[in-house]
Amino acid sequence: MMLTGAQIVWEMLHHEGVEVVFGIPGGAIMHTYHPRSEYGIRHVLVRHEQGAAHAADGYARASGKVGVAIATSGPGATNLVTGIATAMMDSSPIVCITGQVASPLIGTDAFQETDITGITLPITKHNYLVTDVDDLASVIHEAFYLACHGRPGPVLIDLPKDVQQAQAEFVPPVEEVRLPGHAYIGVTDPSDAIGRAAELIDSSARPVLLVGHGVSMAEAEGVLRGFAERIDSPVAVTLLGKGGFPASHALYLGMMGMHGDAQANRAIQEADLLIALGMRFDDRVTGDLSRYAPHARKIHVDLDAAELNKIVAVDVAVHADLRRALSDLISLVNKRDREEWRETVRGWWDESRAVDVINQHRKDMELTMPHVIDAIRQSTHGEAIVVTDVGQHQMWAAQYYRFDRPNAFITSGGLGTMGFGLPAAIGAQIARPDAEVWVVVGDGGLQMTIQELATVVQEQLPIKIALCDNGYLGMVRQWQEMFYDKNYESTRLVNPDFVKLAEAYGIRAWCASDQDQAESAIDEAREHPGPVLIDFQVVREGEGGNVYPMVPSGAALHEMIRRPLPTKVGT
Amino acid sequence: MKRTLIARVEDRPGVLNRVASLFRRRAFNIESLTVGHTEESDVSRMTIVVDSTRTDAEKVAQNLQKLVNVIRVEDISDAPAVTRDVALIKVETPDSRTRAELMQIVETFRARVVDVGVETLIVEATGTEEKVDGLVDVLRPFGIVEMVRTGRVAMVRGKSVNKGEDE
Repeated sequence: MMLTGAQIVWEMLHHEGVEVVFGIPGGAIMHTYHPRSEYGIRHVLVRHEQGAAHAADGYARASGKVGVAIATSGPGATNLVTGIATAMMDSSPIVCITGQVASPLIGTDAFQETDITGITLPITKHNYLVTDVDDLASVIHEAFYLACHGRPGPVLIDLPKDVQQAQAEFVPPVEEVRLPGHAYIGVTDPSDAIGRAAELIDSSARPVLLVGHGVSMAEAEGVLRGFAERIDSPVAVTLLGKGGFPASHALYLGMMGMHGDAQANRAIQEADLLIALGMRFDDRVTGDLSRYAPHARKIHVDLDAAELNKIVAVDVAVHADLRRALSDLISLVNKRDREEWRETVRGWWDESRAVDVINQHRKDMELTMPHVIDAIRQSTHGEAIVVTDVGQHQMWAAQYYRFDRPNAFITSGGLGTMGFGLPAAIGAQIARPDAEVWVVVGDGGLQMTIQELATVVQEQLPIKIALCDNGYLGMVRQWQEMFYDKNYESTRLVNPDFVKLAEAYGIRAWCASDQDQAESAIDEAREHPGPVLIDFQVVREGEGGNVYPMVPSGAALHEMIRRPLPTKVGT
Repeated sequence: MKRTLIARVEDRPGVLNRVASLFRRRAFNIESLTVGHTEESDVSRMTIVVDSTRTDAEKVAQNLQKLVNVIRVEDISDAPAVTRDVALIKVETPDSRTRAELMQIVETFRARVVDVGVETLIVEATGTEEKVDGLVDVLRPFGIVEMVRTGRVAMVRGKSVNKGEDE
């Protein structure tokens, strides 16, 4: 069957099981857009290509499938870059298809030409410039394979206009992708390392499991739970590891790192063994490396060999698929009861609750974002998909919304991309149309991709937007308050009226500035069948306006700044 | 200490760029990198020399292996291997006495004179880097006008493996 390159794109997307793509047409890609409707694949028209990449990313994270973004050449392609880098840092499987000027024009500085494969070389898992329409089907097949096999990541396909127009005999690739280099990753036999890991675990008195994003990506939650229970070890999670181990479980220790839970950080510093699973010892997780977990031996299990011994030199490095490694480990380790360690950790928990958690019952306090997150959690029974932007509200969402299931907390971890939240929520809602999706955003980050409110309306998505409105670029302001003599240099935001703005887009919106209003606003939002924006006007500074605990830059994990003693409002 | 890595890579456009981009991106310091054809038409071979006091050779190998077009990376530093460096060295020869003296040195190093000009000659030397270094040291007092070296290429002795086929 002779098809054009454009038709082959849609044939192949269909072949790969794609149901929806996110994008914006333009000169160099419109030929591909033209036959779309014949193939029944939904297209979500975003308002900026960055939104397409983030939406594809959010879709991938919520569904476990590959997300697809489409953009034209030149500025369309470069606008994808932030979203691609975000997906790369968080190992999210997306495929981006960009139009390119016609092959004979490549290299001539033609209109809307840019070297997008060159630009995205270090921020994609792999990329392609297709020069022959005969290669197109196999390239697309390979791209989808690469995006989601091994350690997932973004793949970009650059498609010159003449290749979209050219015809080729279309035969859907049926054979398995054969990439000898890629297949080689993970062929080493980890059983020796797993044996040594089991010995370390058996001889440990104070182990801590460190759970990263890799656990949910490997779908290893179930085996992890059995493993943690068997060795009776507390479990700390990274930001992206949330949901990899249920927050309601007795062995759950909370989040580690800069704004992690105090008991988790303390346990890591006191542990005699760290068992790191699918995490990469990010600097936001370790604090001062030279004083990180000083008493602990370390076991690191990861699918990506390049992560092993990258930041932290470990005693046992296990290069393996997590689910397989944990299944093997379970049968090797002894069942243990580490009551003493459990009790010690429990004591730290109680202390943390008293110090760090904003008292939810104190109605005399002004509205804080922790109150809002906690109210959303109570109202949704912890069952919503929570998407966040980046900043203070992100940390509060991580701290105060407890996640029992994987893929329910969607956030930009590695790159820390402001503007991620709203478009990622669009992707998540489309991936899970029946789920309740709450996006928690700050007033700074929302305005980086606020144009996607139009997409929310056009696609009739019932997303609930919880705007943490404190009139500042809050996280930077917090650092300025704590470390820069309260010199709020360039962080004060003069904001639009967000309620009117949302209404102008056709989104129901209202303000909430105290706890009662917040609770009723949340309930009302949940009853409304369409999208809602709630402008939560929260405390801007001090105890309720800062994220605690905090490990300052350069400090060791146990050197946390704790919440100061509460000051009474109105005195 | 110097470590030698052999990478078999797909012979297609942009692969060298991907490798070079990786070194830059990860701040890997590379002593030398040579690329050439192999016995297979669609496979190129890179010999990469890393100063392990400055860059961890294992990290280089692991990250290279992650590139989709890299078929197989192997650290052959501890294997019995033949390593060679080829140099072309243009030396000044103002008079016939110097020329005779040079010829003798070239003979001793088992190098060859491949071109003789009016005031210069070109020496071709093949050997380990140490041997070529030694020749360069001896030639330097005569006045080296121009020099080019390929950098290290290496091959493990005996029946070699590392073809990148699925086991």
